[in-house]
Formats: sequence, C-alpha cells, structure tokens
Amino acid sequence: MFRFKNCVASLAMVTALAGPAFAEVSVKVAYDADPVSLDPYEQLSGGTLQLNHMTFDPLVRWTQDLQFEGRLAESWEQIDATTMRFKLREGVTFHSGNAFTAKDIDWTFDRVKESPDFKGIFAPFTDVEVVDDYTIDLKTAEPFPLVLHTATYLFAMDSAYYAGTTADGKDKAEIVKHGDSFASRNISGTGPFVVSEREQGVKVVFDRFDGYWDTASEGNVDEIILTPIKEDPTRVAALLSGDVDFIAPVPPTDLSRVEQAEGVNLITMAGTRIITFQMNQERVEAFKDPKVRLAIDYAVNNAGIVDRIMRGFGTVGAQASPEGYAGYIDTLDARYDVEKAKELMAEAGYADGFTVSMMAPNNRYVNDDKIAQAVASMLSKIGIKVDLQTLPKAQYWPEFDARAADMMMIGWHADTEDSANFHQFLSACPDAETGNGQYNSGNYCNPEADKLMDLANTETDLAKRSAYLQQLEQILSDEAAFIPLHWQNLAWGAKEGMNASEIVNALNFPYFGDLKVSE
Amino acid sequence: MIAYLIKRVFQAIAVMLVISLIGFAIQGNLGDPLRELLGQSVSEQVRQQLRDELGLNDPFLVQYMRFLGNAIQGDLGTSYFFKEPALEVILKKLPATLELVFGATVIIIGLSIPLGVFTAIRPNAVFSRLILALSIVGLSIPVFLTAILMIFAFSVELGWMPSFGRGEVVHVFGYWQTNFATKDGWVHIIMPSIALSSIMLPMFIRLIRAEMIEVLQSEYVRYAQAKGIAPWRIYFVHALKNTLLPVITVGGVQIGTMVAYTILTETVFSWPGMGSMFLEAVNRVDTPLIVAYLIVVGFIFVVTNTIVDLIYGLVNPTIKLGRMGA
Repeated sequence: MFRFKNCVASLAMVTALAGPAFAEVSVKVAYDADPVSLDPYEQLSGGTLQLNHMTFDPLVRWTQDLQFEGRLAESWEQIDATTMRFKLREGVTFHSGNAFTAKDIDWTFDRVKESPDFKGIFAPFTDVEVVDDYTIDLKTAEPFPLVLHTATYLFAMDSAYYAGTTADGKDKAEIVKHGDSFASRNISGTGPFVVSEREQGVKVVFDRFDGYWDTASEGNVDEIILTPIKEDPTRVAALLSGDVDFIAPVPPTDLSRVEQAEGVNLITMAGTRIITFQMNQERVEAFKDPKVRLAIDYAVNNAGIVDRIMRGFGTVGAQASPEGYAGYIDTLDARYDVEKAKELMAEAGYADGFTVSMMAPNNRYVNDDKIAQAVASMLSKIGIKVDLQTLPKAQYWPEFDARAADMMMIGWHADTEDSANFHQFLSACPDAETGNGQYNSGNYCNPEADKLMDLANTETDLAKRSAYLQQLEQILSDEAAFIPLHWQNLAWGAKEGMNASEIVNALNFPYFGDLKVSE
Repeated sequence: MIAYLIKRVFQAIAVMLVISLIGFAIQGNLGDPLRELLGQSVSEQVRQQLRDELGLNDPFLVQYMRFLGNAIQGDLGTSYFFKEPALEVILKKLPATLELVFGATVIIIGLSIPLGVFTAIRPNAVFSRLILALSIVGLSIPVFLTAILMIFAFSVELGWMPSFGRGEVVHVFGYWQTNFATKDGWVHIIMPSIALSSIMLPMFIRLIRAEMIEVLQSEYVRYAQAKGIAPWRIYFVHALKNTLLPVITVGGVQIGTMVAYTILTETVFSWPGMGSMFLEAVNRVDTPLIVAYLIVVGFIFVVTNTIVDLIYGLVNPTIKLGRMGA
C-alpha cells in the first residue's frame, strides 16, 4: 500500500481545511545508486539524467516510442541549413520563483560547453542566439542532423539563481568534478519536483513543485523518497516486502520472482546498450583476417547466451544499432554455425586454432563475467583456446585503455541515441586527434566505413542519412568488425496501481512528473 | 600508567603511518578514479587534464608527502564522491556503525554469558546440545548469507521486519543520530544486529563454556563447593570472574573483526554506516576515502586494544601494565 499521510490526525488542520481531508501520495523509489551531484552537467551518467528529468525540463524529450515531444520548447523549425529555431514556452517558473526566458537557455548552453562530460555531445553546436524572450536559434557549424537528439540534453538552469558568488567567493556557476561547488548542492530548475532533503548515499526527498508549468500532466505524486540500495537481493526484498514502491534495476535472477509476486508488477523493455567483444588486430595477426573474425562470430551462440545466461533478459543482436535507430538493418540475423566456423578457420589457415587472451569486467554489465566464460568455451569448440581474466570495472577500464588483452568486452549506449555514435567510438579508425575509435580496442579500421559515418554526420535528409548508416552497419557486419552479442533489457519492479509502465522508457529515465498513481 | 599511555600514543601514530603508507601504495592498483568521475565518452585530453588537477600524475613520494602534510593539519583529503573532507564523511557515518556494533555487542554479551555458563554446568542437557549444534551452524554460515536469509524470511515472507535502512532516527548531537529513540528505529536495528552477532555469538558461547569447564575443575571451586556455598554464587561470582580474562582478550581482538563484518552486514541491509560506505568507496575508487577509512579503523583498533589492556588490570590486579607495553 502507498503511504497516505492522513492529515486527519491533526484536528486543527481538518477544521482549517473545512473540507475533505486530503491525502498525500508518497512514492518510495529504490535505485542501485543515488545521483552523484545535484549539478545537471557535472557527470554524464544515467543517474544524473534521471535526476535531471525530475528536477529540470529539457527543450524536448523522448517519448516511449522514441519520438520527440516538446517540453520547454513549444515548437521548432529549421530556418537554414545550420540553424534550428525554437519557440519557448511562456509562463514557466523556476523553483526559485524566477521566470524562465530565452536567456536561461543561452546561459545554460554556455555552461554546457564548459562541462568536460557534456561538451562532447554539444561539439557540433556553436551558439545559442536569443531572438526574443521566448525564441532562440540553436546554431551548428555544419549542417547537423541530430539537433533535436542533442536538445534532449539541454535542461534549462536558472541563470539568475546560479549567478554571482558564494559566501567564500566561489563562482556559483562553476562545474567542479571533484570537491565542493554551489551547483552540486543547490538546485533550481523548472522540473516537476524540488529537492527538499538530501543525504548523499542515504536518501533524497523530492516534493512536488507547486508552481509546475505542466498543469496538463496527470501526475499526482506529491512526494518521492529515493533510497539507494546497492545490493540486488535487498532491493528486490524491499519491493516484495512493501518497504518501497518502485525499484530499478531488477536483477535477471529475480525477474521471475518479481513477475510472480502478488501485488507487484515487472516491467521490461528492450534496451539500447549493445554488448560486444572486440578482436585486437594489433596484438593478434590472425584477427586481421576477416575470415577468422567471421569464424568467431559463427562460433558464438548469441541466442544461447540470451536464453541461458540472460534468462531471456536481452535482445539477440547482430549489429550495434538497436531497432528504431537510423542504421538498424532488420534483415541481419545473428550468425551461429559451428561447422561453418570451423571451415572458415581452415580456409584462413588456422585449422589447428590458436591461443588468445580475453578480458571482461565482472560488475559492469548484466552477467558480464558469465557471458565472457560462455564465449570462451564456445571458442574452444573451433580450436581457439581462451585465457580469460575478469576484473572489477574500476580495474578493467585502465586495462581496456591499455588494450591489455587480445579480446576485450565492451558495452555501449549511444548518448545521442544514434547509430553513428556506435561507430565513432567502437569501430572507427582510432585517431587521437579527433577522438574517433576511443573505445576501438580491436583497432579495426576501414576508411570506407569512416567516410560513410562522416557523410551521415552532416546529412540532414533523414532518408539519405539512414541509407549511409545502414551501408556502414552492413560493412561492419560483413567484415565482422566486432562480435555483437545482445542489447541488455531494462527492468523495473513496481507496486500494483503505480501505473509505472506509463512513465518508463528505453533510455531509463522514468518521467516521475507524469506518474499517476491509482488511489 | 601515564608512561604506558604515552607509549601507546606513539604506537598508534606509528601504526597509522604504516597504514597510510600501505593504503597509499595499494591505491594505484584499485583502478582509475577518473572512470567514476567522468562519463564514458569523455576524451583522453580531458581525462589527463583532470588527472593533473587531482595531482594523480605526480610521483608516488610527492603525492604521499603532500598527503602527510595535509594529514598533520587534520585533512585526510576530500572524497571524490561525497565532495566533502573524507574524515568528515566517516565521522558522519560512524554513529550508525557504532550503534550497530553496540546492538550486536549487547546481544553477544547478553546471551553468551548465560548460555556459555549453562552449557558448561549442564553439558548433557538437551538444551545444551541444541545450543552447541546451533552454534556450529551459526559459525559456518557467512554473515551476508545469514542476513539475506533473514530478510527473505522475516521481511518478504512474514512481513514482520523492515528489509533495509535505519528507519526513523532521532538527532542527538553533532553527527550522532540514534536508532534507539523511536519504535521504528528499534525495529530497524534488530535484524542487522542479529546478523552481525551471528558469528561472534556462537564463538563466545563456546569460549565461555570451555573456560568455565576448566575453571570448574580447579581446586578453589571444589573447596567452595565443599564449604557449602550456594551453586549460583560459585558459578556466577567465583568461577565466571576467572573465565573472563581470556574472554576479554579475545573480545578486544574481535571488536576489530566486528568492524570488518559491518562491511558485509551494512551492505546487505543498506545500513548507512561506514562499512557500506567503504565497500562503495572501493567500487568507486574513491581513494581519499579509502585511505581515511583505513586510518580511522586502525585508530579504532589501537584504542580498543588499549582499553582492553586497561580493563585487564581491573579484572586481574596482578597484571602490571608497564610490562605489557609491547
């Protein structure tokens, strides 16, 4: 049951209200971690974006079916090849009481450009021009197809509130990655909730913002208490015992338990994070041969991994882009044929196989270490002996940066929700100058593929762009640039009557402002 | 006495210096803190820039000397995650852990003495055998498993107990918020305390039992019996007093172990103390916090051992502190 704080207890209150006693809807949420900071642009992480969507509003946001929905922007139009004009919503106020205008967007944009984590996403943008109080022009250097994608990251900050200096002379607007800052502890957005109490690592209490502009929203939650519960079994137990109303993530081992439990609903959705293995061509001569890479792809049973290890909690993948992305090719199927794999190995001159080293994290992705073990044993069937090492993520990333093993696991979610991002980071020719291929531990390099990515990055005709990206995806698949495994699913557990399935999305930031709890 | 304490203070400083050096030396192997500070797609230049700002590119000795210089002024560094002085973060979390340890200690003392004595004087009773059998079970199940089983039995299936957290706490003073002032707080601390005591309790029952059996065979107990002194007086006044010396020794050492077990218990119950904080700090590679935690725990060890030595003197006046300096 939800906790309805009945105010009947206080007689004076009832007389004062002189009407029906009102009940406050309070929802208790348990995530695996709480946000690092209240600063919306300090760290680019799921936790930050979840917080931002509760306390701030972006210009536009994603809907459940991955379309754009205006929030602070009422409408938008392309006025020339490099300019998108946004008409802003009027009558919006910040938590501080300041009125929201175009200058707040301008100010926020300048601040985002200073954020180490977010400036990469905003790199194609040059400026925000204020046309009038409620109109802005968002400008890019080149024609850029992902203006709206990026506008989902533009959360209006209260420029007057964050202006000036603190008592000890620090700039209130500064972004500090380590150590104290004004913005990491104080917050004023336009969002549906205000932070009323916060004890880091223990809980955050959100109260509904009385002056929220979106009066059309049916959301009726007055208070949200967010508690981090890191341990999976405890988080599930907290939901099942009724101590909390909503949890995320639900670990794969407990999916059926949550599904079958009475009074609790399991909500799952295909996610967009692809889990892959990369084959290092610098370290292993054999990996330079596409036949060997294809043989590995044929040897790995993606469907088996999803079925047995992920317990159905994943979508079998044969490419980086999930369905709905511009580059997604729906005819690609995951390869699996051990005989064919052996033939390819023989054709490449490796009939007797060889030995490789493999590394994977053991606490970063769902069941990452088990997946790596499964892949290692699948490869042994075609004569590739794998020397596997799994590490906690904190130690894994330095190893990954050092390209310390012949095969390395990496999962990727495109911050831009776009196909080109996968290629840019995972499979483009590594180039320290441009940052391309920053996570391409395989050192795969195909200039033709990179050219398609560059074309797509400046092509604003969506159909043409999609064709480029699909061609790109096809090349990567034909050459087995990497081994795609699956897209991790998302799972939430919610008490019955929460109607939580209405507010969740594949991006994993539930829109709590719109949560309508049945009373 | 004074000389002894001064000696102890110097010892404590030496211990903490060694701990800080070890803590500092291993931090390079814990992983890269920047991974937890920065998003995944951040470029290498930005990473290097932040690494410079944090002083992580300096040679080991330079970093360590800087740390010592600050530590002398009471600054053990700033936690990357909490963005507050590491010592302050730990002090904020300390009361929750101490209350948990206190709860477990009460359970251990309250149950181990009567049960230990009973199993010693009635070794063949069914109840004694049951206690000893259960103590084996308790000793062999890891704390985190006990904790999870308890949550599933009493929170999920029966619905009697809350599954996580501290519940309603009342502010006492400073950073101290207590569980013992509200019913909700009491209910929340019961299961974590039991889980935390689940290893120590059986151990102490067995220890007291073994010591008691030995003492009961000694001359003075027989003499007392012959003299016709009431049995309860013999057991609980004369015999028990002499069994306590080794129990206190072990107890002093075990308080330290208990701090280690709080890491598991707190993590499973999401208890906001310094144990769960430490485990998360390791996961996040929050190195200043890790080093500060090790130093604080080292300090707690030294203090408890000193107190144990002092109690020793009270229980057995023939022991001279001066000779125990080592």
